[in-house]
Amino acid sequence: MILDSKIPAGPLAEKWTNHKFSSKLVNPANKRKYDVIVVGTGLAGASAAASLAELGYIVKAFCFQDSPRRAHSIAAQGGINAAKNYQNDGDSIYRLFYDTIKGGDYRAREANVYRLAEVSVKIIDQCVAQGVPFAREYGGLLANRSFGGAQVSRTFYARGQTGQQLLLGAYSALSRQVANGKVKLYPRTEMMDLVVIDGHAKGIVTRNLITGAVETHAAHAVLLCTGGYGNVFFLSTNAMGSNVTAAWRAHKRGAFFANPCFTQIHPTCIPVSGDHQSKLTLMSESLRNDGRVWVPASQEIAEKLRKGQIKANDIKEEDRDYFLERNYPSFGNLVPRDVASRNAKYVCDQGLGVNETGEAVFLDFRYAITRDTREIIEQKYGNLFEMYKQITGEDPYEMPMMIYPAVHYTMGGLWVDYNLMTTVPGLYALGEANFSEHGANRLGASALMQGLADGYFVVPYTVGDYLAQLAPKQVDETHPEFARIKEEVQNRINMLLQINGTKPVDYFHRRLGKIMWNECGMARTIKGLKGAKAEIQALKKEFWSNVKVMATNEELNQSLEKANRVADFLELGELMVDDALHRNESCGGHFREEYQTPDGEALRDDENFAYVAAWKYLGEGQEEELVKEELVFENVKLTQRSYK
Amino acid sequence: MKLTLKIWRQKNSTDKGGFVTYVADHVSKDMSFLEMLDVLNDQLTERGVDPVHFDHDCREGICGMCSLYINGKPHGPLQTTTCQLHMRSFSDGETITIEPWRAKAFPVVKDLVVNRSAFDRIIQAGGYVSVNTGGAPDANEIPIPKNVADLAMDAAQCIGCGACVAACKNASAMLFTSAKISQLALLPQGQVERKTRAEKMVAQMDAEGFGACTNTGACEAECPKGISITNIARMNREYFSAVVSSDTM
Repeated sequence: MILDSKIPAGPLAEKWTNHKFSSKLVNPANKRKYDVIVVGTGLAGASAAASLAELGYIVKAFCFQDSPRRAHSIAAQGGINAAKNYQNDGDSIYRLFYDTIKGGDYRAREANVYRLAEVSVKIIDQCVAQGVPFAREYGGLLANRSFGGAQVSRTFYARGQTGQQLLLGAYSALSRQVANGKVKLYPRTEMMDLVVIDGHAKGIVTRNLITGAVETHAAHAVLLCTGGYGNVFFLSTNAMGSNVTAAWRAHKRGAFFANPCFTQIHPTCIPVSGDHQSKLTLMSESLRNDGRVWVPASQEIAEKLRKGQIKANDIKEEDRDYFLERNYPSFGNLVPRDVASRNAKYVCDQGLGVNETGEAVFLDFRYAITRDTREIIEQKYGNLFEMYKQITGEDPYEMPMMIYPAVHYTMGGLWVDYNLMTTVPGLYALGEANFSEHGANRLGASALMQGLADGYFVVPYTVGDYLAQLAPKQVDETHPEFARIKEEVQNRINMLLQINGTKPVDYFHRRLGKIMWNECGMARTIKGLKGAKAEIQALKKEFWSNVKVMATNEELNQSLEKANRVADFLELGELMVDDALHRNESCGGHFREEYQTPDGEALRDDENFAYVAAWKYLGEGQEEELVKEELVFENVKLTQRSYK
Repeated sequence: MKLTLKIWRQKNSTDKGGFVTYVADHVSKDMSFLEMLDVLNDQLTERGVDPVHFDHDCREGICGMCSLYINGKPHGPLQTTTCQLHMRSFSDGETITIEPWRAKAFPVVKDLVVNRSAFDRIIQAGGYVSVNTGGAPDANEIPIPKNVADLAMDAAQCIGCGACVAACKNASAMLFTSAKISQLALLPQGQVERKTRAEKMVAQMDAEGFGACTNTGACEAECPKGISITNIARMNREYFSAVVSSDTM
């Protein structure tokens, strides 16, 4: 099987323009004859649903939350990149493209990334027109900041709540189409499976989370905008409900899953405080612009600190090791996320960690406060400092923050071609749910950009091209395939309810998370991964014989919801391990200890691994088949990333 | 810590419901309030009791999904969301009463979960700028004074949790509605539809069965995002000037 990425011919900068022109169009009068299902209402889903409805398609939008406004995009703090070059500091579409390809450690497609950079400028225009209150300068024009390892200031932001404001913008556009009758909204409704007829996606099966009703919905195209799968680690910065179920069911119906092992561990999160921990909280990366990362220079001092005999402020300047500044003099505290995370793990593994668990490093603002005054720091980060204090009980204006890496984003996802179509025709994946733009590591402020690029500016063209090739007649919901998949879904729900074991769902989820974090997290080894595979298989067996799911299907049942999601995480976890095992190189967020440079940096193997690993599901209990999409680099030269 | 929890249990929207008392021991001060409930729920499950249902998602204080009326206050004793409330705000031996949001327009779904879709319908009535994708001018062609942008942002921070409604003795949704009306009335982008927006959103708010505002200020005092009651004054101004010079008349 050969994967056709459908990258248009021609020079990089002209590909998207040419492609838009050669895409087929649906007659305006015919658009209302096509139904499109959009699953998920985050940045990608809400923007796609609104834009498609504006064009005239009939859209059904689904989300498991009680309102589309609650999708997890809302939690993004730092900002959104765009190559506007408003700051006159040398930014350009090409530079944003180049930074993204390089930051992704050369494991993304050039054409996709270039298109992302190209449409980034229109995203800002669109959001401002919607009334998104971005930060502004006194002259009334938009403010920018430098963010997450970028050497230009191209990040637009709305205090520390950029994701919230962008999502509310997309949600308002969506709400307008709901009012117009072009979008029908299905909140508290979860996609349970995909219906494929004659090789094309034709609908979905859902569960109404309030009544438990299992229902079918037919459409000419299905868009999965269902986010990432970071919750496979149990502890992550994702929302509690974020899950892989929609994408995983689509995978089992024929959509290839690409680069599942590429996960991003974010360096600046609040450390774990105990076994009760349910999720981890991110502290925006923008903090690294003014905070300095350090640990004590010796194990003895770290030991005293951990025992509470001394405090951070007691440690003398010469006894502090600013390890990022020391190792990376030119980027210092602003090295990309994977590099910052790995270095924190490295110093903690050496016994230099600073909180009770030994898994934390300091992020210190006293230099910035002395330099800029407390007022300025408060203006920039006030809400983040407040949040930190709320959670930890410590005041970061007085004491340095303690941070540790946590799972934050998944670069892997459903394989899509240039049109964002998966290997199932008519099925699309947008935003974090696909694999396409970030390679092996995502740059800060690029997730919001991608979600909105896909939804506002890519899919409205590419879905049209697909629909134009279908006859404008209604999809037959009485086709037996709908009934068959619906029955499969009901059977699985019944199975979960009937196990009646002894342990709650979280018990299994936590254990899966520990396995994934220890063996498929920041650093991976062949031995650890092999062990993890066996452990996950055993855990999966135990889950299906001993999980306890309470109550019935015909009511709001949060333990059934969780059980259904964790069952899929258990299968995904194994595939992630397989992917990490087969990729005998280190790149971006995937760090195999066997493959590193003498000074401990990721050692890529471009000769053998410059490809996208797409996995094909072959059936229950069978090993998945690896299908490779070779990455061709015509414009950038592959180099060892260096942030020294 | 050991705590006594009096929790509202209600099987569904038609069930009458009532308080059930549970004992939570092994509570640590570092737990969040919701983590304390997670631990309780795991224990209930092991004992074969249906866990307590409550809404929550991001657990970072931004999605607005969590609710809970704790000891007579929405989101509990601090001016924050329930998910950001930690057990260090309580003391050993305390009894904590946990109820759902109480408002006619927010019917109980199960236990502590309520239906807040009335808020979505208020936004659908006009909480947007009618601009299609692709038709926007360059972002910097619309300069906005920083103080105006800041004020708009202050209002836009609303997370739609509904604490303002739960706090109000009239179950009024004025703070929520006024936050959106203010944000868009302040910005140049919102001017074209300014009047119809105010009229339609206020009409929808009334149609949903939310009460009137009697200026007690409870909403502002309990709002986890510090949305100011001056937004209500601005909304009233917007509304009255809209009805006397309506665009639709």
